Amino acid sequence: MSHGPSATGGALVAASLHAAHDDTPYEPVFAGDRRAALDTILTRYPTKQAALLPALWMIQDARGWVSEPAIEEVAAALEITAAYVKGVLTFYTMYHQHPVGRHFVQVCTTTPCNVCGAEDVVASLLEHTGCGELGQTSADGRFTIVEVECLGACGFATPVMINNDFIESVTPESVPRLLSERL
Amino acid sequence: MGYPHPSHPRETPILSKYFGDAGARTVRGWRERGGYAALETALATDPQELQAIVKDSGLRGRGGAGFPTGLKWSFMKPDGKTHYLCCNADESEPGTFKDREIMRWTPHALVEGVAIGAHTIYAETAYIYIRGEFTEPYARVVSAVEEAYAAGILGANAMGSGRRIDVHVHRGAGAYICGEETALMNSLEGRRGNPRIKPPFPAVAGLFGKPTTINNVETLATIPHIINNGAEWYRQYGRTDNPKSVGTKLFSVCGNITRPGNYEVALGFPFKEFLYELCGGPLPGREIKAVIPGGSSVPILTREEAEGALMDYEGFVASGTMLGSGGVIVFDDRQDMVKQIARLTRFYAHESCAQCTQCREGTAWTTRILERIRDGDGTTEDFDTLLSIADNMSGKTICVLSDSCATPVISGLKKFRHEFEAKIVRTRGTVTVSGAPRASAA
Repeated sequence: MSHGPSATGGALVAASLHAAHDDTPYEPVFAGDRRAALDTILTRYPTKQAALLPALWMIQDARGWVSEPAIEEVAAALEITAAYVKGVLTFYTMYHQHPVGRHFVQVCTTTPCNVCGAEDVVASLLEHTGCGELGQTSADGRFTIVEVECLGACGFATPVMINNDFIESVTPESVPRLLSERL
Repeated sequence: MGYPHPSHPRETPILSKYFGDAGARTVRGWRERGGYAALETALATDPQELQAIVKDSGLRGRGGAGFPTGLKWSFMKPDGKTHYLCCNADESEPGTFKDREIMRWTPHALVEGVAIGAHTIYAETAYIYIRGEFTEPYARVVSAVEEAYAAGILGANAMGSGRRIDVHVHRGAGAYICGEETALMNSLEGRRGNPRIKPPFPAVAGLFGKPTTINNVETLATIPHIINNGAEWYRQYGRTDNPKSVGTKLFSVCGNITRPGNYEVALGFPFKEFLYELCGGPLPGREIKAVIPGGSSVPILTREEAEGALMDYEGFVASGTMLGSGGVIVFDDRQDMVKQIARLTRFYAHESCAQCTQCREGTAWTTRILERIRDGDGTTEDFDTLLSIADNMSGKTICVLSDSCATPVISGLKKFRHEFEAKIVRTRGTVTVSGAPRASAA
């Protein structure tokens, strides 16, 4: 799996700035209730490694993205190497390897949505968020917009995911309202 | 019921009967609608007998390949080994959104089917692998599983049968390829979702190296109905002249069509009537130009071919395509087929796991060439190059993603060649095609 250059370009810059100015020590994610939740997940599989995708989801839900120290933490918790974790992490498009806007917006533009006008929805989102181009985070840090491949709701074109919200039948005209609900 | 449209009188709503009925989502609501009676029956029945019933029903896998479900289940013997059942809920084939609605509206139908499946293949543990983007279906299924545990339907003593049945829900993280059965197993094991070389087949060495059966959501959701009503009841649905395709099937309809959505019809239904009467035909003032009837991986049909097709495994093959996953994508006369086929191959280029050279290079180069034709920079030589690449991408890789990318190119060039040629003629003599590849197509 690979991200197009436009999907990460802006975020990359944000990440390096973030890293350069952030001296705060890493706070583990798997502590307290989250450690207990991970332990429950581990009982469901015969190997610790099988809990890797769920563990990465827990990291992302808690921190918004998966940082280098978080990779180390997952590796230690599951008794696998950090390099292995990174190899798996980079295969899947939904894990963020860099910080993203507060509202991460994914728009489906694959064929079924494309024939229903998905590209106009993308244009409308870019215009109304001020993101400028795909993959860039808006200056106020609120929005990052990316194109994604088939979201599996083709009969409800165009589907848009904003973080974990799944919104059906978005049109260029309905974009402003959609965004104003997420100020 | 029906969702998003009320059921059409010509539909046969068995799986979709409670779509749109929020009351069916809870364990109590599901029981009030006759749910979990089939699981109770199944748990009191010998797995061999259940395998025979499913075999006799003629049910074939609804995920795309159409493999006979009973036959698949019969590979699992009481050998004392640990067995696993996987439910493939990684629905990601462009044009397909039927499993999503099963999980959103009737999650207990899936849990019940999974539990029956686990018992039937001598497994104590089943995993439901749901694609990461399906946040609502995931929440519904997790809640249904929790309710089923609390009600004693799942767990160490499932419905008081003395049998242990555990069901776990596993969330994917964005990878079309994980819908391929062995890639799904790798992903579940915490690996990159690369498909595995077969053999060994999953029934011999699947998840965690153990004998494993993997079934699609729709297939498993059908099982309780067969247990309740019998194999003969299920076989009544279908063409009388084609016993190979029986039962009902959910078709997801999208693209340029008046009433997009899910429709459940008996197999063998006339495609013309389906498109024009059930789905309302093209949008006002438009005409249908092309139809992909079974998800993006099957050959494209022209309108004329589509209107003559019958909607079952053999019917679609006779029309030069496949039933696939039942994802119907409609293109009207406004659509540029070159652009849309290029968009499809871009999908495959993005989703290639990149372990086979033919696929990694083929999907990317195919996309690059199609996009330059789309942009008016192509030559007629490109057609031969595309077909040559397509040939090298077919039947030569570990899984069929590569073949799936070649399919729309081959059928598109054959059936809509005039649209490709129109783009070349406009720029003939002005373009040189040479040089190194530019940015990655992925």
